[in-house]
Amino acid sequence: MMLKKILILVAVLPVLALLAYALTLDPRSIPSPLVGRQAGEFTLSLFDGGRFTLAEQRGKVVVINVWSSWCIPACYNEAPALEAAWQRYHSRGVVLVGVNYQDRDAAAREFLARFRHTFPNGPDTGSKIAIEYGVRGVPETFFIDRDGRIAYRHVGEISLPILVQHIEQLLHESGGTS
Amino acid sequence: MRGCGEPRQRGKGAVLRGWLWALPVTGLVVVCFVPLALGATTPDLEAQVREIASQLRCPVCQGLSVGDSPSELANEMRTLIREQLQQGKTSAEVLDYFAQRYGEWILLAPPKRGFNLVIWVLPFVLLPIGAAAVYVGARRWVRRSAASESPPQRLDSPYAERLQRELDSYR
Repeated sequence: MMLKKILILVAVLPVLALLAYALTLDPRSIPSPLVGRQAGEFTLSLFDGGRFTLAEQRGKVVVINVWSSWCIPACYNEAPALEAAWQRYHSRGVVLVGVNYQDRDAAAREFLARFRHTFPNGPDTGSKIAIEYGVRGVPETFFIDRDGRIAYRHVGEISLPILVQHIEQLLHESGGTS
Repeated sequence: MRGCGEPRQRGKGAVLRGWLWALPVTGLVVVCFVPLALGATTPDLEAQVREIASQLRCPVCQGLSVGDSPSELANEMRTLIREQLQQGKTSAEVLDYFAQRYGEWILLAPPKRGFNLVIWVLPFVLLPIGAAAVYVGARRWVRRSAASESPPQRLDSPYAERLQRELDSYR
């Protein structure tokens, strides 16, 4: 009788453990297959009327931040760090671009004005860029090296130290002059 | 008398009758090509979009397919599926497009290769084992209940005599 109980436990416990482990996993933290691959090309119509084309940035380190004004508090918390990184690095050939995901135009513009963002920002019409980059939620930040490959993907709120760490690493890779 | 090579002189009615064949042809062209030109979709295409969308996990939902999700992203993904099918891509190519960007995680049914095969094979292995366990368990249970249905034991004689006396007193 005791043996039977042990056998049942041996059969059931691994299944329960597997289910419990699966519940702790965050789908957003699943590694992106895009890291290491060539970044998908896109052109973004900017809020200021300009245009941003990724293909034109070849040879530069590019940081793509996907955000929304309804993403509270993560997008609000990281907003000052992004502007600080832009101020610190744009003279060193680093490009930062904001991709506004599933947002209302007025709310997005209000967000940009509130945080005095001066780097290029534009709405992702039809979520085409988000799908191209396999975005699973906001915020997400992609770091693209000088050769146009996705080097890192950061899920969730990003801080200035993490931005600096990845940008510095990419600036010093592939024969960076900065 | 007109020669065979001469054009025939026809009245207005005859000319109209001559062009009547064009009506159904024009109708067919309008029905078939105008909706396509206007970007409308055919029922077949929509069924194919639904079929593919039902195989993709909605990235911003909990346990919903792209086909079932009312989210904006799922809607955009369905539009993208439709566009890709209209460009001539096959279902497999469309599914691969999403798997390339989101990983195999996006596919609700894992591909039948590598370690994933365990998931596909295991149910067929476990099913007969489970069925055998249920059969053995049920047989044991039936035997046990049959054994417990033995004839009632005779009461000890003093009680039996007393019971009999009391029953007799009521008669």
